[in-house]
Amino acid sequence: MPVRPDVLLLIGTTKGLFTLDPSGEVQNPIANGASVPSVAFDPRKRRILAGKTSFFWGTGVVCSDDLGKTWVEPEAPNLQFPAEFDASIKQAWQIAPASANEPDVVYVGVEPAALFRSNDGGQTFEVVRGLWDHPHRPTWQPGGGGLCLHTILLDERDPRKLTVAISTGGVYRSDDGGASWRSSNSGIRADFMPEDQRYPEYGQCVHKVARDAANPDTLFLQNHGGLYRSDNNGASWTDIGDGVPSDFGFPMVAHPHKAGTAYVIPNGDAMNRWTPEARCRVYRTSNGGGSWEALTSGLPQKDAYITVLRDAFTSDQQNPAGLYFGTRSGELYASRNDGDSWELVAEHLPPVLMVRAANLG
Amino acid sequence: MQVLVHIPGSLRQYCGGARQVRVECEAPSTLACVFERLHADHPGVVERALDEQGKIRQHVNVFVDGESIRAGPKRGLETPLGAGSEVWILPAVSGGQAAA
Repeated sequence: MPVRPDVLLLIGTTKGLFTLDPSGEVQNPIANGASVPSVAFDPRKRRILAGKTSFFWGTGVVCSDDLGKTWVEPEAPNLQFPAEFDASIKQAWQIAPASANEPDVVYVGVEPAALFRSNDGGQTFEVVRGLWDHPHRPTWQPGGGGLCLHTILLDERDPRKLTVAISTGGVYRSDDGGASWRSSNSGIRADFMPEDQRYPEYGQCVHKVARDAANPDTLFLQNHGGLYRSDNNGASWTDIGDGVPSDFGFPMVAHPHKAGTAYVIPNGDAMNRWTPEARCRVYRTSNGGGSWEALTSGLPQKDAYITVLRDAFTSDQQNPAGLYFGTRSGELYASRNDGDSWELVAEHLPPVLMVRAANLG
Repeated sequence: MQVLVHIPGSLRQYCGGARQVRVECEAPSTLACVFERLHADHPGVVERALDEQGKIRQHVNVFVDGESIRAGPKRGLETPLGAGSEVWILPAVSGGQAAA
């Protein structure tokens, strides 16, 4: 089903990459048993980058400059730890092209938790040693999905400022391009710790962080239990979890233009990871988390045992915003009006791991 | 001496589509030496069979002269090979998607 002119949806699944083009055609440009847990569109080069992962043969980033028709696959896997690390990469969780003033820089977050940087548009990568050498790293613990660096936030105002999130390590920030890092979890709860240790310096199971489009010092965070906002670029966090049926969930999406506007999809509790009361509801705040409203129009409100993973929810760059989420049960829902109403635009896909909207206009 | 290496379908794109390739090694040799030559002759195959630590990936099996190098008398990458030995690189039966 057509979604929007000028928007190509990139859908990473456990069994390949799918696309939904503006005419509504579903294509499968990466198949043959590879999972695609991460995908990105680099508008600087109109390039799709995909973290192609073979169950057998390892992982790497592959690129397409013709919207998925052909792919450049590196001769050798291009995500590799140096031999002395005594670690090997399981998969790429996040691909983040940098800003226009660093046109060839691409960051990738991997499992086990580490950050890689490319200076050639995603052809080759080197590990960011400053984070790997952080004294906290040996004590990070894997969450249910593995020990992964799943979120990379860049700062358009200063390319040296990087924010990452790790499950389970929490939020870490660098002001020097990755040379040094500090944990940045003040105010974020860790329910899985003993009662008197629930606000540790690090070790929180942060699920996703998103940056406000209008106020770049404002961040929104979906925790493993808890919703938070920071007004100081992550230095400290305030609980904004009142008003949702469950503060457990995976994704967090900021509106591409409107200040203080963000979206979550509550996901039951830590045990029953499906939409609460078997109703599929997106929740939107328009006032920085002061209140939340349920968005249900077009979404199943009965017998909906749905899970939406942390990167399976995204927005495009249009106004009103297009919003898109994929489910572990292979459905893809879209909204063309800031989330006011939704439509099922694809189904019967493999479990959806990541959705991204490539703005082609 | 020559060793015949059987390439699985999903890795043939890295050796010009060949189902088997012959690797020239000094006798006596080991699997590690064969992989070193294979890497030099056809880069891309060994890098996918082994991880960046040089270990055979968890879901890859290698057979030398009909026996898995993970079990029995074989000795992993130090498994000895002689003239006419054959090596199979195979995806393990553990395939599919653990997370699916």
